Amino acid sequence: MTRVEHATTSSRIGLILIVLATLVLAAAPAWADRLTLRLLAEVFTFLTLASLWNLLAGYAGLVSVGQQAYVGLGGYLLFALTTFGGVHPIAAILLAGPLAALVSIPVASLIFRLRGAYFAIGTWVVAEVFRLLASQLSALGGGSGISLPAPIILAIAPTRSLREFEIYWLALGLTVIVLAALFILLRSRHGLALTAIRDNEVAAQSGGIDVGRLKFVVYLLTAGGTGMIGSLIFLMKLRISPDTAFSVNDWTAFVIFITVIGGVGRIEGPVVGTVIFFVLRQTLADLGSMYLIMMGAVAIGVMLCAPKGLWGLVAERYGWQALPLQRKLVISAET
Amino acid sequence: MTVWLNIILQGVLIGGLYAMFAAGLSLIFGVMRLVNIAHGDLIVLAAYLALVVTQTIGIDPLVSLLLVVPLMALIGYALQRGLLNFTLGDDILPPLLVTFGLSIIIQNGLLELFTADSRKLITGPIEVQTVQIAEGIWIGALPLIQFLVAIAVIAGLQTLFYKSALGRAFRATSDDQSVAQLMGLDTRHVFGMAMALSLAVVGVAGVFLAIRANFDPAIGPARLIFGFEAVIIGGLGSLWGTLAGGVILGVSQAIGAQIDPGWQLLAGHLVFLAILAVRPEGLFPKVAG
Repeated sequence: MTRVEHATTSSRIGLILIVLATLVLAAAPAWADRLTLRLLAEVFTFLTLASLWNLLAGYAGLVSVGQQAYVGLGGYLLFALTTFGGVHPIAAILLAGPLAALVSIPVASLIFRLRGAYFAIGTWVVAEVFRLLASQLSALGGGSGISLPAPIILAIAPTRSLREFEIYWLALGLTVIVLAALFILLRSRHGLALTAIRDNEVAAQSGGIDVGRLKFVVYLLTAGGTGMIGSLIFLMKLRISPDTAFSVNDWTAFVIFITVIGGVGRIEGPVVGTVIFFVLRQTLADLGSMYLIMMGAVAIGVMLCAPKGLWGLVAERYGWQALPLQRKLVISAET
Repeated sequence: MTVWLNIILQGVLIGGLYAMFAAGLSLIFGVMRLVNIAHGDLIVLAAYLALVVTQTIGIDPLVSLLLVVPLMALIGYALQRGLLNFTLGDDILPPLLVTFGLSIIIQNGLLELFTADSRKLITGPIEVQTVQIAEGIWIGALPLIQFLVAIAVIAGLQTLFYKSALGRAFRATSDDQSVAQLMGLDTRHVFGMAMALSLAVVGVAGVFLAIRANFDPAIGPARLIFGFEAVIIGGLGSLWGTLAGGVILGVSQAIGAQIDPGWQLLAGHLVFLAILAVRPEGLFPKVAG
């Protein structure tokens, strides 16, 4: 008798820790002050953005430096849907996901004509086009941007602290949903196909995987997820402008640093990377541009010395996995 | 009518500058399949280098080319041998991410050293000289020089690529790296030379950028995108195609700007996307053989 087993001791411990951490974080409004809540919500958004980028670049091999296109699109969708469509902000966030995925279909059919590294710059051009188009939208503030009108903010919750709690739980909830969806995707047979593409694209193709189709679907899903997180980010900021919405530094450079430092192509990588990124940011952010130079240098160093990131080192040294994704063949005596 | 003729002419002339952005990018992609995300920031670095050189020695910006170009070539060789050679391989992620990190480092390094203020190089009376080529149509002496230099750079690269021993080494490495190695080529050195040549062109482009317009540490990525668009419009692997790509991009931007100032960059990007949709291999792809 043979069967496939996913769980290992480390993944059982990992799962327990993840459940505990989620419970503690869900109770954060009870133990944390307003600033901590805001910081945590920001941490969640970066964790999700990095996890989505990791799926795109780490597994599907689609290295994009233009995901800010969907962060900004999501943000602008939030402002457009709530101000002109009269949609409730939370409904607008949930709508932004499918709408962003819809927009990504024609985009993908264009930029998928570019291969490898040129694909990367192609995604950047698309993000630039989105930014320039947004600055032409005079109804949404044009180049100088716009704030979310007060009635819409009040629609979320009547008092300020309730609003803060609600947005915090929304951020946590969306993060848990996106990460759980990623986990389920990677556990499925499509996840196996993605892992095969990650390890060797040609071999995956010859193994019968429709690589092109899978990449297309992954691009759509990440665009949707990124768009949804983008609209959440701008609900937290309450103000949007083309330069902040489509910022390559905030939504791509930081996200790439997080993923690379933590470990590209592993679901745990972005978690480790996000923790390191925020610890560094909270301690060194006063250094301004020196801080960015250091981040760049650390990312280059990690890429050269440990291309699989810090979690990659741990995983290879000790064989740990925080989530049961590995497939292990267990052979037991026949009964 | 003359208004439009003038606009198209200006577009053509700036297209020469875009072709120079593109030629360096296209060269290293051809030789080692490396796409340098920091390319635009290196152009800006060259512009600042020219600024420092002209200010400290007090020479004319055009003369500063004599110093900036060899310096940039040196930086290119060192960068390739010291860093980028270690990223090359089957995986496209390391070179992309390392050059992306480099782009962030150069941008913020320049910001630390020179602040975010806009700078410009001043050349003197030549800046305002013009040549009349027809009734009502005048072109500036500097844009003309810059366009002629761009043509000379492309022609020079073309000759070097197809007529010299170094060019043969480039083409051999491009065709098959391991066979080139078997034939006794030190590919690490060949890659170093390719990057040196690429950054020499970047040096020329940077100086002309600095004379032509204001620059600040943040404008690099847009230059990378212009160069990239010119490469794709022209067709991968074709140097003269790159010049055509730059000209098409320049003219589209000029026409877009005339319709509405907000449409200058957008028009260029849209033409690029349209060509990608209709003719993804570019207008003048390199013919096999």
